[in-house]
Parts: sequence; structure tokens; C-alpha cells
Amino acid sequence: MELKNINIKGIPTAEFKDNEYLENYIKELEANGVNVVLGKIDEFINWGRSNSIWPLIYATSCCGIEFMATAAAHNDIARFGMEVTRNSPRQADLMIVAGTMVHKMAPLIKRVYDQMAEPKYVLAMGACAISGGPFVNSYHVVNGVDQIIPVDVYVPGCPPRPESLFYGLMQLQRKIKLEQFLGNKQR
Amino acid sequence: MENIKKLILNTVPDAVIEDKQKLTVTVASDKLHLLAETLRNNVELPFDMLVKLIGVDRGEELGVNYLLCSSTDLSKELVLKTGTTNRENPLLYSVTNLFETAHYNEREVFALLGIRFINNPDMRKFFLNADWNGYPLRKDYDANPELNPLSLESKDMIDIAPRIMEVDGKLVEENVNIFEDDDYIINIGPQHPSTHGVMHFRTALDGEIVKKIDVHSGYIHRGIEKLSENLTYPQILHFTDRLDYLSANINRHGLCIAVEKAAEIEVPERAQYIRTIMDELNRIDSHLLAWACQTNDLGATTAFIYGMREREIILDIFEKTCGGRLIINQNVIGGVMFDIYTEFQKDVKSFIIYMRDKLKEYDRFFSHNVIALGRMINIGNMSKEDAISYAVTGPAGRGSGWSCDIRKHIPYALYDKVEFKEVIRYEGDSYARYLNRLDEIEESLHIIEQLIDNIPDGDICAKVKPIIRLPEGEYYSRVEACRGEFGVFIESRGDKFPYRLKFRSPSMALVSAMPLICKNEKISDFIGIGGSMDYVIPDIDR
Repeated sequence: MELKNINIKGIPTAEFKDNEYLENYIKELEANGVNVVLGKIDEFINWGRSNSIWPLIYATSCCGIEFMATAAAHNDIARFGMEVTRNSPRQADLMIVAGTMVHKMAPLIKRVYDQMAEPKYVLAMGACAISGGPFVNSYHVVNGVDQIIPVDVYVPGCPPRPESLFYGLMQLQRKIKLEQFLGNKQR
Repeated sequence: MENIKKLILNTVPDAVIEDKQKLTVTVASDKLHLLAETLRNNVELPFDMLVKLIGVDRGEELGVNYLLCSSTDLSKELVLKTGTTNRENPLLYSVTNLFETAHYNEREVFALLGIRFINNPDMRKFFLNADWNGYPLRKDYDANPELNPLSLESKDMIDIAPRIMEVDGKLVEENVNIFEDDDYIINIGPQHPSTHGVMHFRTALDGEIVKKIDVHSGYIHRGIEKLSENLTYPQILHFTDRLDYLSANINRHGLCIAVEKAAEIEVPERAQYIRTIMDELNRIDSHLLAWACQTNDLGATTAFIYGMREREIILDIFEKTCGGRLIINQNVIGGVMFDIYTEFQKDVKSFIIYMRDKLKEYDRFFSHNVIALGRMINIGNMSKEDAISYAVTGPAGRGSGWSCDIRKHIPYALYDKVEFKEVIRYEGDSYARYLNRLDEIEESLHIIEQLIDNIPDGDICAKVKPIIRLPEGEYYSRVEACRGEFGVFIESRGDKFPYRLKFRSPSMALVSAMPLICKNEKISDFIGIGGSMDYVIPDIDR
């Protein structure tokens, strides 16, 4: 299996940046060989999973408003099957961390993340969630949410435009589409 | 103000009165309460609004500045200063029994500067965890991360508040329980979709009636004020946008005014026009979002989508002007960063026509909805006295019949040249606040209409040195942000960095009034009342 055209809303693979990491990811998965039947079932499951990602919005500051703009009229996140924002972590697949993470909040985000059911993903939205952003030197700011929980996709910006958030979400969809749950012998 | 000076000297003969940017009175710490009480109860001109309570590390001493103003005329201002040289165990007297808004401010000063206030009924740290080492705003704060490592362990909530009370002239330290033993407590927040941010309300319930609310804040405390002390003035500007991101441009305007006044920079006429128009567009944008969120809180998802739809048009205008949507980086010290584009007037005018039409639509499909009325009328009542005491300004304060619009009382930019109505309602309930916002959108459109065709030619920014040194002194500025009065305090020691910078957050006053107005309301209305108050949490935590 090589990186073919992972069809996201008709956007071809070449339109995306950073394709190498997905290629490496495939190589890693394929090191043990893939069963054809199970591989096909995987593809089917992944098609469903990638088109119905239910996000949990962990919005602490400005990026949360841009997420609202993404979800509301004009941009409409429902086109990606992600409009079902869940407020309970137990029902969510994806945690969108939108905003600054501070010391007082750190135990809480960890707890919410632990409550999510596998498979789960994290998207770090905005400069603060990636690295601490403008507040990187502050005494009370955690320099990046990846110090607390693992992050799948980083979306830069302060705050990112809805379009960049969509790009990040599509990258996540591509990642999900390549995953192997049944076909991978390591499992 | 001469009478006031006499009154001060009659009350406290050894008070030091200085005529600075504001009338400044320095008194000993044990006289402050008496003086504040006298000024507050002064019949002729009562100084009954505590605008800012600013903790300052003055080097030798730790002190507090109180900016007071009169609720009838906000332009009558007075600064009280006091301090203590005891840095080990600094104690000052609380003014919480005079001004309710002092509660959270004093707790904030305790967390950040370590000053404890005698007679404050609740002396827990605001913002920071109780076990935080050191006091960040002190000049000798040790920022070594090893002292305060990142901890991922969940901590139990301890509902015990320490306090120091003065009983018969003696100081008594004691602990009190916030809740009663058999109270049923639920946590709303900090990560809750309807608290409009990461606020934590510990709510004691009696059935479904709210009995008591204990507010925990600091889940987005970013230490902006401390960071600013190591940055030059133009570098600080971007922090203001990220305080109350919905009134980003207005906050930034507030800081620009403070620096311009201090450095005596003349802002070109064209820049003033652009600033005022952008501020009003920003206000409409914010009120639309507030309206959308409030309707969403009451269960009307469709209305939410409508509000966001109209908002996108303003964001498009912002984007065409300066490239930003939410945070637009338009104001700089001395003027604005980007000139308007050629089609700007045309876009804004067509938006005005469109928006007027939509306001009628909102009125038709939500403002008279039976369910909406049932959940807003006579819910979350706040009297005018409470609004003043809690310093609740903005549409919420004006919903309680208090004329508190800084644009009218202390006009800045072009607000003295345009004609507009201050929207005031007297009911004091959620519905008054709701209607106030919609009416203010109309007033903002009216202001823009008067300016849009008259933008003069000329420079958009005065010539400003890249490094600005402010002369020694204390500078205050006050602007009307979307949620109420936003204020900036700068203490300069002649350096290119501020010695102390403090932002007055309108949202903090709004949240401090929440326990009062939600008491004896149903828990289901709590969210709706929060929506009508429309606070933004990063603005509180800073």
C-alpha cells in the first residue's frame, strides 16, 4: 500500500503539504504485512470514522471564537461530518484544544483526555496550544499542550482562520484513513 | 473639586494631596477606610464607584491605588493611595463593605502581591492555586520553574476560606467554611460549553434553586501584567487584543490612548475617524456574538447561526482592511497601522442597510418569543445600587438604569462630535440587558453613518519613535469596551518599559455580580443569566 489519493472532499494528495509523514506512517504499519481482506475492512471502517469525527471543544480563549465561526454559518463544519460537538469527553473522538493552557488547567485537561474513549485524537489549535504563543515567557503558562497530552495535528495561527482549521481537520481525516486496526498484525 | 479637597483634609488632616493627571491622595493605611467611607457617603458628589483597585510593588513598600469616581458623573475621578513597608506580612484594610467589587480585586492583589486585607471575609488566592510559591507581581519574584513545577495531579477543592478580622481593635485570624455541611454542590465549569469560557462556578443548590455560588477563576491566567513589565509599549499592544478578544480593537485603543496622553502624541484626524468607525464595527461584532450566544444558551440554535452569519460580514471588512478577522492589530500608538481600502465606505454602507433589516428580523423572530420572554423577564434582577457597588458597567449596568457610558461621560476619539443616544433601561433583568445590546447595535450603526462619508484625507499615523519613553508618573485611561468600561493604568519610572501595568477588566465586575443575581433563581436559568451578562473569561484572568 502506498500513499495514493486519499480522497478528502475531492482534494488530491498533491494539494496537501507534509505528505512524507504519512508515507513513513504507512511504511511503519506495513512492516509486518497486511491481510487483503482485513485491509479492505479497515478501509471501510476508516472511511466511516474519518467522516464522522465528533469533536470535544476544549476552548479556553480566542481560538474558541474562531472555532465557533468555523462551526456556524458561512464556513459550516457540517460539511466534514464534524458538526456534532460533544460536551462529554466519553462521546468524543477528537479533542480540539483551542487556547492557552495554564498550570491551573493542566490537571483538568489531562483528566478530560483520560476520560475519552480510544481511538482518540488531539488537535492543537493556535500558537498558545502549540507552544505557549505570545505568552511563552509567562510564569503560569504551559508551553504547549503536548507537554500534557499527545497531539496529532498542530494548526498554527493566532488565532487560525477557519480555513486553516479545516486544513488541519482534513489532515487528521487523512491520517485516520490510513490507520489499520484489524490488518496490522501487531495488534 | 475644591470642596472635595477640603473634605479630605477635614477627615484626614495628614493626607497628602497632589494634582497629577488625576487628583491623588496618599493616606496612611489605617485612615484609608475612613476616607473612602466619607467620600462614598458624600452627599454633594459621592465617590461611590471603585473603578480600579491596583496593587503596586513600589520597591520599599507594597501599596494599593484605588481609582474612585462618582456614579452620577464618571468624569469626576480621584485616586487614593496607601501602602505598607512590611514586606514579610503586609496587611491593609479592606474596603469590601463599601464597594462589593473590591472582593475579587483584593483577592487578586493577595494572589499576585501577597497583601492581605483585614476584614475581607474571604482571603483565598484568586487566579493562582493556594500552594503557589511566591507572588508574581513583586519585583523580587523568583520565576524559577522548579519552584512551581507543572503538576498533572488533580487537586481536591477545599471550601475553607482564611481571613483576618478586626475584633475590638485586635486582629483575629480564622477559617470559615464557604458552604454549609449538608449543602448539595455541583461544579459548573471550568470546561463547560455554556460558561462562555473557563470559569468555575461551585454552586450550592436547594432543590433546583441556586443557594450560593462560589467563583473560582484563573484557569486562563496568563500573567499578562507581569509579561508587560519586560516589554516596550508597542510590544505590549498585542496583549490587549487577547484579553477580551471580542472587543480587541477597543481594548487596544484604550492602551494607545494611555500612552499617547502620557507621551503627548497628537493623533491625526483621519486616524481618529478610522479608529472610531472600527471600534463601532467591533462593538456590533461583539454584540452580535453576545446575542447569538445568549439565544443559544436559551436553546435557540437557529438564532445563533443567524447572529454568526451577520458577524461574518464585519469580519470580512476587517479582513480587507488589515488582514485579521478576530484580532485585527489595527490601532498602534499614534494612529492606525493600515489605511482603509478604496471600497471601505461602500462595504460599510451596504452593511448598515443590511444590518438594519436584520435587526427587524431578530426582533420579529426572537425578541417576543414566549419561551424567550419567560426565561428572561424578571430573571436575574440587578438593582442600580448593586450595579454601582459591583461596578457593573456596559449594557448590563445600563440595563439597571445606570448611565455609565464612558463615551458620553468622558468622550475620547470622536465621540464628542457624533450624536448618539445612551441606551438605558430600568428593569434590571436579563431581558433589559438583551434589548440593550440590540439597541446599541442600532446606535453604533448611527454613529458609523455620521462618520463614514466625512473621513478626511491625511496621515493615518503620527511620527512616533520606535522606542517610547514615558515621563515618570501614573497614567490612567478609560474606554467603553463592548462589555463595559475597560481601563488601563500605567506607572512609568521614565523607562521604556512600564513599571506597572494594570488592565481594568469589565468582565470581572460582571462575574462578581453573578452570585448576587443568580441567588434564588433556578439552576436552569443560571446559564441564561450568564448569557445576558456576556462575560469573557480571559479578560478577567489576564
